[in-house]
Amino acid sequence: MSEPVTKTMNMIEAINSALDVMLAKDPEVVIMGEDVGYFGGVFRATAGLQKKHGKTRVFDTPISECGIIGVGVGMAAYGLRPVPEIQFADYIYPGLDQLVSEAARMRYRSANDFICPMTVRSPFGGGIFGGQTHSQSPESLFTHVCGIKTVIPATPYDAKGLLIAAIEDNDPVVFFEPKRIYNGPFSGYYDRPVEPWSKHDGSAVPEGYYRIDLGKAAVVREGQAVTVLTYGTMVHVVKAVVAEHGIDAEIIDLRTLLPLDIETIEASVKKTGRCMVVHEATRTSGFGAELAAQVQERCFYHLEAPIERVTGFDTPYPHSLEWAYFPGPVRLARAFDKIMKD
Amino acid sequence: MVHGIKDNLAPLHLHVPEPKFRPGDKADFSDIIVPEVDAITRPDEHASPADIHALAYGLVRVLGDDNQAVGSWNPGLDADTLRAMLRKMLLLRAFDDRMFRAQRQGKTSFYMKSFGEEATSVATTMALHSDDMCFPSYRQQGILVTRDYPLVDMMNQIYSNSGDRLKGRQLPIMYSAKDYGFFSISGNLTTQYPQAVGWAMASASRADTRISAVWCGDGSTAEGDFHSALTFAAVYNAPVIFQVVNNQWAISSFSGFAGSERTTFAARAIGYGIAGLRVDGNDALAVFAAMQWAANRARTNGGPTLIEYFTYRGEGHSTSDDPGAYRAAEEYALWPLGDPVTRLKDHLIAIGAWSDEQHEALILELSNSVKASQKEAEQNGILGHGLHHPMESMFEDVFEEMPWHLKEQCEQMLEEQRDKFGPEWEAR
Repeated sequence: MSEPVTKTMNMIEAINSALDVMLAKDPEVVIMGEDVGYFGGVFRATAGLQKKHGKTRVFDTPISECGIIGVGVGMAAYGLRPVPEIQFADYIYPGLDQLVSEAARMRYRSANDFICPMTVRSPFGGGIFGGQTHSQSPESLFTHVCGIKTVIPATPYDAKGLLIAAIEDNDPVVFFEPKRIYNGPFSGYYDRPVEPWSKHDGSAVPEGYYRIDLGKAAVVREGQAVTVLTYGTMVHVVKAVVAEHGIDAEIIDLRTLLPLDIETIEASVKKTGRCMVVHEATRTSGFGAELAAQVQERCFYHLEAPIERVTGFDTPYPHSLEWAYFPGPVRLARAFDKIMKD
Repeated sequence: MVHGIKDNLAPLHLHVPEPKFRPGDKADFSDIIVPEVDAITRPDEHASPADIHALAYGLVRVLGDDNQAVGSWNPGLDADTLRAMLRKMLLLRAFDDRMFRAQRQGKTSFYMKSFGEEATSVATTMALHSDDMCFPSYRQQGILVTRDYPLVDMMNQIYSNSGDRLKGRQLPIMYSAKDYGFFSISGNLTTQYPQAVGWAMASASRADTRISAVWCGDGSTAEGDFHSALTFAAVYNAPVIFQVVNNQWAISSFSGFAGSERTTFAARAIGYGIAGLRVDGNDALAVFAAMQWAANRARTNGGPTLIEYFTYRGEGHSTSDDPGAYRAAEEYALWPLGDPVTRLKDHLIAIGAWSDEQHEALILELSNSVKASQKEAEQNGILGHGLHHPMESMFEDVFEEMPWHLKEQCEQMLEEQRDKFGPEWEAR
């Protein structure tokens, strides 16, 4: 069998390619959202898809997240496989009841009579001067809800493979796209030139169909000294800091927060004896709290230092002080100092 | 001292709605306008919404004071169909009575009757095709009764017993029956509204021929989902029928808290540019006729309709409610639109197709039939008396495949049961 044809893609192109592949492969897939149709989305993730697949497969919606997700639940009940886009994760809250009380519970409450194979895509995270309503990371609201899977890619290759797996999944998936790294990985140094995806391994993306199973983490850097559990934009920031400071860290990109790949986490922490959890979202009740609890339950007697949490602060995302809020290289370096000293 | 009050301006006043009658008051509904039958002629099913605004403020009626069916809205149903309609409404009433009593006997936790509103679920369903999709709220058990869903299965659900198709997971009466075109009921109100629109949009996008119909109450029209749904339906011309069962009460809050002091619920349609009909909800023939009009319109790409059924909640909100604590005692007896079962019965008698003797015999027959179903269902257990789905079923269907963390929690729960009940439980 010949090698699949790969192409260098940024994350937006990879997501567009995943949607294109699934629209062609499965006639039940429909895409809807604000500005996703003729225009192709404010981040261009659906560019060209309406023209290629038609207006009843890819279409614009009213500005009503409750309506978008509620209509998606109804389409799924009919037998379609809707892939709605919520323009920013910060806008998802009007649709929360439809996600939490309806989509997530449909299979359970109807005992398999109705299911909801819907994938809600939404750009999330900060670092783009988006202020408090275009920068949030609400992933732990969804991992807290039983019946929803939460997926966050960190490379174009993963974004495409995970999105295809999410669309094919027969349960609702919230697919958060780290918009800071749509066009290139991010070192955390906001004042340095943006590095394009083309210089990164994760940008070689097969043109056709492939999938990355949900619930599987990726060890993106092997190491012996400390395990770092992270996802999304922070994978790249952690990699840059680890390289800069010469830390022998094992970096795990969780990729799927729920179901969590606990085996990979447990094996790594038992090997290194130290664990740091890193996310951009606010700290209190963030997903890092769950990770810290899981690790201490399973690896307590292997731990040589307290688990460190490196996160955003418990404030709304500030516009002008974005880089004082962001868990960047300084906050990470201090945390590494502390966890390696103990 | 409140900051900023200016002496030279009249003070503002906050209006908090108050129903006209409270416990101890004598209800008087003489201000409710009941127009003549056929006061507004039935328009063409493809009439422009802009040309039929009057229908959103009027009241579609077919059965007059002389119990005859007259006027342009008369659906002209034959006697067999009318008797079938009466039978379903009486069966629903018998079922409700029996299950209400079962709750009072401690056999289940909760029940909700549809007394006084039977026409809004039975006559509507009869006007739909059997494969059209219904998105009910919690008081439309009449849909299942009309579509011949087994009463035993409804009771199994109410008892959350080992025969419950929903595995004992849902509050009683929150049925789900896809095979019968009946969507899973949510306890979160009006969430079914946008879902019904999505289903209808999917049907239209597939060039299907099926339409969807959705119900909510007057109170829950205030939910954002209601307005999202009407916007989407209008934008995409979705083949969906919105129905507001205006039974005057949302638990203890009268319809004024959903805006009824200012306009009708049917008039909500006007702002969205869709058809709106206000219907005598206790006139089964008017209800049937309105639904038939809207269904024909939707099925021929004429788009959505909003129908308000003007009716009255004859009993409490649920078994957990005592309406004597907040409304006048005899309101239902004084309701100017009467009782839907009585009106249909009187019509059948007036046309010589029914008699009081037949009516009493039918009530007895249905009551016995419901009792027999109840006996059968109770073989599968009643709530809290041990016969239920296997304990492990608690963890099933959260996802299609059970992830590791649920397997772990399931194991924990089973160990707890062993601790609690000892080896006997293990042997079971």
